[in-house]
Amino acid sequence: MAIIQPIAGELEPHPDVALVERVRGGDVSAYDALVRKYERQVFRIAQHITQNREDAEDVMQDAFLKAYEKLEQFQGNSKFYTWLVRIAVNESLMRLRKRRTGKMVSIDEDIVTDEGSVPRDLADWAPDPEQNYGQAELAEILRKTIQGLPQGFRIVFVLRDVEGLSTEETAETLGLSIPAVKSRLLRARLQLRERLSRYFHRKKRSKDASPKEAGSVETILGKTGVEK
Amino acid sequence: MTCKEFLTLLDDLIDGTVAPNTRAELETHLGRCGHCEVIFNTTRKTIEIYRSHEIYDLPTGLRDRLHAAIMARCKKGCP
Repeated sequence: MAIIQPIAGELEPHPDVALVERVRGGDVSAYDALVRKYERQVFRIAQHITQNREDAEDVMQDAFLKAYEKLEQFQGNSKFYTWLVRIAVNESLMRLRKRRTGKMVSIDEDIVTDEGSVPRDLADWAPDPEQNYGQAELAEILRKTIQGLPQGFRIVFVLRDVEGLSTEETAETLGLSIPAVKSRLLRARLQLRERLSRYFHRKKRSKDASPKEAGSVETILGKTGVEK
Repeated sequence: MTCKEFLTLLDDLIDGTVAPNTRAELETHLGRCGHCEVIFNTTRKTIEIYRSHEIYDLPTGLRDRLHAAIMARCKKGCP
């Protein structure tokens, strides 16, 4: 796929840059605009990492306050959003450490594959499978499923696929190498897919038929290990 | 192309970052391998579902509390 490069000099400054400049000039309403724009993303990231609603609320408040206080340090050559995400990730990890009473928490922990604990299901899904569930029920399925992922996989999936960071931005935010991000993203996507299959697979004619077990993706991939 | 080779390039295929000749090889494999076709389609769907559904609602009142905290901080001096 061709990537169209903008011609140097014709790049419009990102709208966030103007908002940041207004905040630096003392206009606090411009910061409210940045909060409204990114509050959902920051809260989601905090909730995905801490997996606790109260912690996520505290993290969101602390992250926006810290970003406000450190605004002088923000360099216009990076995006305000990715800079903010980095603060939110760090605040979330700090909050986890506190909750685990000093136990070191890093995004490297829990990186194990969980073969044997999930059905090795390669059955196809129903068309638009999410239509078979109510909104609340679907949200519960999606929450439960992603919460079951190892943390190091979950954060990479959330930043890369849900929040739209690039592989490079995700690597920089998490202090990981690009191959490590790619490796974790693939594992995360495949594990989520496999876990969702138990809810979304195409119904069999027989009521009691179990999903077709046709070999594991992990088996096909082999145990390649997770690169750091 | 083997299934293992296909799966190591699955993300690049989903993200549209494969070279045209590799893409052609991957598509040929997809046409022949039902398992990889299911994995490709359902993995793409997995990402789409997580992108398009809000699973954590923003608590009511949180924005107001944050605004109050920022205003209190601002009184001490703007950044």
